[in-house]
Amino acid sequence: MGVKVLAAMSGGVDSAVAAARAVEAGHEVVGVHLALSRMPGTLRTGSRGCCTIEDSMDARRVADLLGIPFYVWDFSERFAQDVVQDFIDEYSEGRTPNPCMRCNQHIKFQAVLERGLALGFDAIATGHYASVVEGPHGKELHRAATWAKDQSYVLGVLTTEQLEHCYFPLATTPSKDEVRAEAAQRGFTVATKPDSHDICFIPDGDTRGWLAERVGEQEGPVLTSEGEVVGSHQGAHAYTVGQRKGLQLGYPAADGKPRYVLEVRPKTNEVIVGPKEALAISELAGSMMSFAGADPVRSGLAEDASDEYGFGCEPFSCHVQVRAHADPVPALARVAGGELIVSLQEPLLGVAPGQSAVVYVGTRVLGQCTIDRTVSALQEVSSG
Amino acid sequence: MGVYLDYQATSPMPESIREVYLEALAGVGNPSSIHQAGQRQRAALEGAKERIAGIVGCEPIEIILTSGGTEAINTALKGAVWAAHAARGPETPTTIVSTRAEHHATLDALDWLSANEGTEIAWVPVDDQAVLDTDSLEVILADHPAVMVTTLLANNEVGSLQPVGEIARLSLEAGAPVHVDAIAALGYVPVNFAQLGVTAMSVSAHKVGGPVGVGALVLSRRAPELSALIHGGDQQRGRSGTLDVAGAVAFAAALEVREQDRIERSAHVSKLRDSLREQLCAAVPEVLMRGSSDSRLPGNLHITVPGCEGDVLLYLLDQHGIQVSTGSACQAGVPEPSHVLVAMGLSEEIARGALRFSLGYHTTKEDIEEVVSVFPRVVEQARAAGMASGR
Repeated sequence: MGVKVLAAMSGGVDSAVAAARAVEAGHEVVGVHLALSRMPGTLRTGSRGCCTIEDSMDARRVADLLGIPFYVWDFSERFAQDVVQDFIDEYSEGRTPNPCMRCNQHIKFQAVLERGLALGFDAIATGHYASVVEGPHGKELHRAATWAKDQSYVLGVLTTEQLEHCYFPLATTPSKDEVRAEAAQRGFTVATKPDSHDICFIPDGDTRGWLAERVGEQEGPVLTSEGEVVGSHQGAHAYTVGQRKGLQLGYPAADGKPRYVLEVRPKTNEVIVGPKEALAISELAGSMMSFAGADPVRSGLAEDASDEYGFGCEPFSCHVQVRAHADPVPALARVAGGELIVSLQEPLLGVAPGQSAVVYVGTRVLGQCTIDRTVSALQEVSSG
Repeated sequence: MGVYLDYQATSPMPESIREVYLEALAGVGNPSSIHQAGQRQRAALEGAKERIAGIVGCEPIEIILTSGGTEAINTALKGAVWAAHAARGPETPTTIVSTRAEHHATLDALDWLSANEGTEIAWVPVDDQAVLDTDSLEVILADHPAVMVTTLLANNEVGSLQPVGEIARLSLEAGAPVHVDAIAALGYVPVNFAQLGVTAMSVSAHKVGGPVGVGALVLSRRAPELSALIHGGDQQRGRSGTLDVAGAVAFAAALEVREQDRIERSAHVSKLRDSLREQLCAAVPEVLMRGSSDSRLPGNLHITVPGCEGDVLLYLLDQHGIQVSTGSACQAGVPEPSHVLVAMGLSEEIARGALRFSLGYHTTKEDIEEVVSVFPRVVEQARAAGMASGR
C-alpha cells in the first residue's frame, strides 16, 4: 500500500531516479522543484547545482515522463535568510559554514517537509545516498551501502521527527554509474548531466570575491602565533582554517616549511598562520546539536548524565567526521554543560569553527553539532 | 479536464474552430506568390482580415498580423521609439507613458527601452482597483511629450476596465499617440478600435479560442509609421515573414463565434462569477475581492486570501481538478508577488495570497458548485501549510 510522497526534484540525475523509484514502489508521488533564488539564471553553468531555470525544466521533464504532477515551490525568501545570510554571517564571524547542511536543516527537511505534511503528504523523497533503518528505538539514519557515494554526513542535521518522514530511494545503490544507467534506460535526458559540486548561490565559484562584495574588503595583518607580522591580507573573512594557498606571504618561514591558516579573527581583522603541526586538534565541541533518532542514552550507548543545561551523557566510543568527504576518526563523545564534546583519539588537522561534526556509531549517524571551539593537540602536549 | 477556470491564460479551441483551422491548413501556396494557388491563399487571408476588422472595428488595411499579442505590443512600443530615432536622430530623447499595473509584455518591453534606448518611462499611478488615474495622466502629459501612451483595456489579473476613451482623448489632445492592450478584453467586452479612438491596439487569437501564435497589431491608417521589429520581405506594413493564412482564418472564425457568445452569454457568465464570489466570501469571510466592483471583465474573479500562499491554494485546487491561476503565468513557474497588486498599494504579503478565477462562456453552474464545495477545506489546509513553512 503506497503512501503520499513529495519528491524533491532538483533537476539532477539522483533526485530524478529517486522520484522514479518512489513511483515504481507504488506510492502516490508529486514532484516539487524548489525555487531558491529570486533571480535564477537561465542556463546551467559549470558544476553548479540546482538554481537555474534549465534545472527546473529538467526536473519538469522527468516528472512528465513519470506521469506525476509537478510544481515549483518558492522558498527563495527563506533560503536567502536561513542559508545565504547565515553563510555571510558565519564567515563574518570567522567561522566556516556548510551551506548545504543549513539548506537540509532549514529548507528541505524543515520548511518543505512541514508544508508537505500540512498538505497531506506522508514523506519527502530526495536523491541522497543514505539509509533510513527501523532500529530498536525507532528510525535510524545510516550510511549508504557504498562508502564512496555516502551522503549521510550532510543529513547529520536531521532530527528524530524529520527522520520519521524521510525516504531515500537511492540508499542501496552501489554507484552513481548505476543511477546514470538507470536514468538513461528510463529515457531521462538528465542521465548524463554533470554532477554539482559548487555552492549553488555563488555563480562563478569565486567564494572569496562573492564574500568580499558582501562584507567588504579591509587590509589587515597576517601574524604568527607569536605575534610576528609576516604579511597582509584583504579581509579576514576570505580565509579558512587549514588554508595554505593564496596567503601571498612575502618570505618563507624560518624553517622553510609552508604555513597554514590556524585562526581567523574577524573582530581585529587578523589572520594567524603557523606550521602544519599547529593545525592538529585533540578535542572539539559545540552547543548547536541534534540527534537523528534515539539519543545516546536511549540507544544504550552511554549512561545518563543530564545536568542543569539539560540532556547530558557519559563518554561513549564513536567516530567523528568533520567534512562531507573526510575520513571518520575514532573518538570519545559526551554531552555535558549543554555541549556535545568530542575527544579525538587521533588528531585532526584544520578543523574550523562553523563546520559540523557528525558522530557515527558503526554505520549509524547518531547526531551532530556545529563546532564552536577546538582544543589544539600541541597545547595539550605542552600543557600536559 | 476537470473544472477549467483559467480562460484568461488561454481559452480552449472549440471543435468547430479546430475543423476550420485544419481545413485552412490544407491550403496550398504562399499568399505572397503571384500564381493562382498563391492568389487563392491571399484571398483566404484577406477574407479573414476583413472579418477580424469587422468585429474589432477597424479597416482591414489597419491589421498587421503578428506571432501573438507579445509581438504586437513590442512592435507598438519599440516601433514608436525607433521611428522617433529614425526621424530625428538616434540621440532624440523619447518618453513612453504607462502604469506599473500593465502586463509583463509591456513592462518588460519598457524596461528594455529604458535600459537600451534611454527611453524615459513616465509612470501614471493606478488606484486601489488598478484603474489608471486620468487626472495624473493629464498632468504628466503636459510635462512629457510622449512617443506613445500605453494602457490595458482590461487588467489581465484583476479584471478592471480602464477608461480608455478618456485616456485616448487626453493623450491625443496632448499630441501623444495611444496604444491599448486589448488582449484580455477581446471577446469579453465590446472592443471597437474606431470608437475607442486610439492609435494602435494589440489583440491575440488564443484568448478567444483561436490558435496560439497568432495575433495582430491594429495600427490606425492615420498613425505615424512604426519601425519594424522583424525584417525580411515586407509582406505586411512594417512586419516581414510569410503570412499565416490558416492562423488568420482560424482567428477570424474564433472571433466570430466568441462575439456571438459575448452578446448572448456575457450577462450569464457575469452572473456565475458573482455567484462564485458571494459563495466564496460566505464560506470564508476573510476573502477579499480585488479590482473594480462594477467595471470589470465578466468572467474575472480575483481574490486574496489572508494567511494563505497563492501557490499552495493553486496546488490544492489542482489536486481537486480545479484549474485556476495566481496571476500571470511566468517562466519556470516561479511565483512572484503580483506586480499589479503591489501597484494597487497592497503589501507583498497580501499579494502572495492572490488567486484568479477566470470563467469562460462554457463555464457551468456545476463548475462553480464544485469550487465552492472544496474551497473552505482548501483554505484551511493552505493556512496550516502557510503556518508550517513560516514567514
